[in-house]
Amino acid sequence: MNILEFTGVIALGSLLAGFLGAITGLGGGVIIVPLLTLLLGVDIRYAIGASLVSVIATSSGAAAAYVKEGYTNIRIGMFLEIATTMGALAGAFLAAKLPVAAIGVIFGAVLLFSAYHSMNPKLELSGPGHPPDRLAAILRLDGTYPVKHGPVSYHVRAVPLGFGLMGVAGVLSGLLGIGSGAVKVLAMDQVMRIPFKVSTTTSNFMIGVTAAASAGVYLRRGYIDPGVAMPVTLGVLAGSMMGARFLTAARTPLLRKIFSGVIALVALEMIYNSFSGRL
Amino acid sequence: MITGSVDPATEKMDNVVGNLLRAGVTVSGAIVFAGGMVYLVRHGSEMPAYHVFRGEPADLRSVPGIVQDVCSLRGRGIIQIGLLLLIATPIARVAYLAYAFARLGDRLYSLIALIVLLVLICGLTNGCT
Repeated sequence: MNILEFTGVIALGSLLAGFLGAITGLGGGVIIVPLLTLLLGVDIRYAIGASLVSVIATSSGAAAAYVKEGYTNIRIGMFLEIATTMGALAGAFLAAKLPVAAIGVIFGAVLLFSAYHSMNPKLELSGPGHPPDRLAAILRLDGTYPVKHGPVSYHVRAVPLGFGLMGVAGVLSGLLGIGSGAVKVLAMDQVMRIPFKVSTTTSNFMIGVTAAASAGVYLRRGYIDPGVAMPVTLGVLAGSMMGARFLTAARTPLLRKIFSGVIALVALEMIYNSFSGRL
Repeated sequence: MITGSVDPATEKMDNVVGNLLRAGVTVSGAIVFAGGMVYLVRHGSEMPAYHVFRGEPADLRSVPGIVQDVCSLRGRGIIQIGLLLLIATPIARVAYLAYAFARLGDRLYSLIALIVLLVLICGLTNGCT
């Protein structure tokens, strides 16, 4: 396989990953690293570097639309970005210390969690039912979001725990080159009781900044290879744009289940290969 | 269209952020694509070697080195500067928000944005290694 064919295969795989990631809401990043390492034999450090850059592209592209629609809570995003960016720096430094096999196992575990998380729909816990939180009031995190019959207001709670979980999401993002949207959304809708639509769009808003924090470290360390990152970034970006258009009308529970199943299998393969030293 | 932010100042901020992000992704995507074409035309028939990690050569690891490669029209250098611009896009968004919150008289959030900006700059430079 020469460079032209190699680039073509990566671009097609990334296109599919971006498309499936967008319509299932799982993000394309989670599947890029296994695709490059398990299928194409690329070293995991090049794979993580390329994945990280593609995550910035898709998150920024999608955030542009969400912010204008008024779902994203910029204050919540900005505040929690303190935790995610610091975590991301820590994760990027950790990536240089840990053996490749350990990174592979952690990656597999996070994939399993993402698959499990997306298979189990969570209860909407937000609403005006619970009293305003003092810290959330000081930070003015409470907000409104648009529904058909006008803006609905919500209160934010459990700010310190949410902030801590965002730090964890940041570490995983910096360590594995993924957006870690699943952890971010979990922290926001289940812990901080922020409405789904606000959680997912605000999580997406933060992903680009989180990834940018560790991308500089990766660049200086020589993990970002233009030959790998180019087809990955362009492929995922094009795929997720196509996915976003396809998505708007229909919910896709079946596809979501299939994609979660695929991710779970990939996760097991990743863990197995890490233990057998083939990663 | 339905919109969530009621006051016009916040709505304007949302719009600028949206446009900034879209422009950053579009421009950097176009540069990466152009660099990719140059790279494929020149090196498409060579063999890739990515199973062994060697790390990028020094010129592709730093901003001055990348700029130098772009000036000599090397495909990999052009891709890399596009990627650099992509990384800079969310950073520019944070810088804009620090300014926009300050203009709205929101000192707390201007400060929060500046803290995030500091962490980002720390990652991008050798500041904290």
